[in-house]
Amino acid sequence: MNPIVKVLLFMFSCVLTNNYIFSRFLGCCPFLGVSNKVETAFGMGIAVTFVMALASLFTYFVYYYVLIPLNLAYLNTIAFILVIASLVQVVEMFLKKSAPSLYSALGIYLPLITTNCAVLGVTILNISEGYNLLYSVLNGTFGALGFLVAIVLMAGVRERLESAKIAPPLKGFPISLVIAGLMSIAFLGFSNMFAGVM
Amino acid sequence: MAQFLPILSAIAALGGLGILFGLVLGLADKKFAVEVDERVSAVRAAVAGANCGACGYAGCDAYAEAVVRGDAKANACTPGGAKTVKAIAEIMGVNAEATEPMVARVRCQGTCERVTTRYDYKGVPSCRAASGISGGPNACEFGCVGFGECLSVCAFGAIQMVDGIAVINDDVCTGCGMCVDVCPRNIIQMLPKDQTVVVMCRNEATGKRAVQQCKTACVACKRCEKACPSNSIKVVKGVAIIDETTCTRCGACIPVCPMHCIVNFYERNMEDVAAATAQAALNDIEIP
Repeated sequence: MNPIVKVLLFMFSCVLTNNYIFSRFLGCCPFLGVSNKVETAFGMGIAVTFVMALASLFTYFVYYYVLIPLNLAYLNTIAFILVIASLVQVVEMFLKKSAPSLYSALGIYLPLITTNCAVLGVTILNISEGYNLLYSVLNGTFGALGFLVAIVLMAGVRERLESAKIAPPLKGFPISLVIAGLMSIAFLGFSNMFAGVM
Repeated sequence: MAQFLPILSAIAALGGLGILFGLVLGLADKKFAVEVDERVSAVRAAVAGANCGACGYAGCDAYAEAVVRGDAKANACTPGGAKTVKAIAEIMGVNAEATEPMVARVRCQGTCERVTTRYDYKGVPSCRAASGISGGPNACEFGCVGFGECLSVCAFGAIQMVDGIAVINDDVCTGCGMCVDVCPRNIIQMLPKDQTVVVMCRNEATGKRAVQQCKTACVACKRCEKACPSNSIKVVKGVAIIDETTCTRCGACIPVCPMHCIVNFYERNMEDVAAATAQAALNDIEIP
């Protein structure tokens, strides 16, 4: 198959079929925590995309050029968390300087990207799937874009929920969880989309 | 030695990575440093820091920012008092207009012995809840209910419950006004600290009815009105009210009050007041 088509298919599969939230259930904390407003959800998604793309890049080098030569592959989790934590710090400083309103809107969830399991998940998956550098970075970037799509969709739904008539026991968080489940089922529809061609 | 090599290499590798990232972060910190106006943090350090909201802003941080922006006056922090005003003025380079120190005054003397009790309240110990049940357990619908709702919001511990009424310690009160808002009876008032002559009653009932409710209720006899040389005390809606802008604090109204409900704050002694009230009750004072 044409390698460009293959890369394109891989990108789409990262966003739709292997969506980190809806089919791998990683990164649910910020997904539910920051999806109140589309604007902040989008900001969170961009921040996560930035961190995930860079984390994939850096962890590739850390793994293959530091840990493997030193026979320290078993330390990958701790080393990756180190990389991610540093990246999040840089992103935090950057946002504080360039987008203070987004910085204050994201609040506590910004440092929490450190513990966003989708970020650690993508780096570890890159290793276990044996992706090369290009595929690792693509997996990180487009996996995070899948996260962005999911959180923005969720925020759009939740913004409409504000004015909807909902039974009191379901108001707020419960209905959000129900919606998250329904969206996950909807995304199941993509599950075998690229199975035949890849 | 050889068996320790993997451990040492692990320590070296992770330590090295850590140092490397640390250096990068250090550089990023320099590059992305946000210039926080140092006056904001200086003002923030100068204010009282109770987050009481007396200044009208969301908290001490918001107030500090407003001061530096020029939106807020330097003297809005009541709890901080003159010291804070001076400090903020120095930071901002403006002349301090010192505020007149304000204190909260509980305008009620209806202790347990003086006020008539109508029923025994056994519900939630809250002034608001108790006063909602047919006007409260006390016969006087205007006085202190005595469950200390004000006490619980006072961030400075200036309020004590004595004999069933709230008593505010002037020396500790910072004038933040939190208690004023929370009192369901509206008997706490912010007054200038030097306004020493205070009508300690809000009872709007007159004559005999007021006496039946409380032994130190204002009966609206208007004796104080006549005694006042500066015409600053008026009986409005059955209760004497002092206009603190014209009051000379001469105290002429204090001895003429048959119910002993006007007091001079710095000469007030609870025992004396109680004795005088008891005496007055025995003398069967005539009420116009």
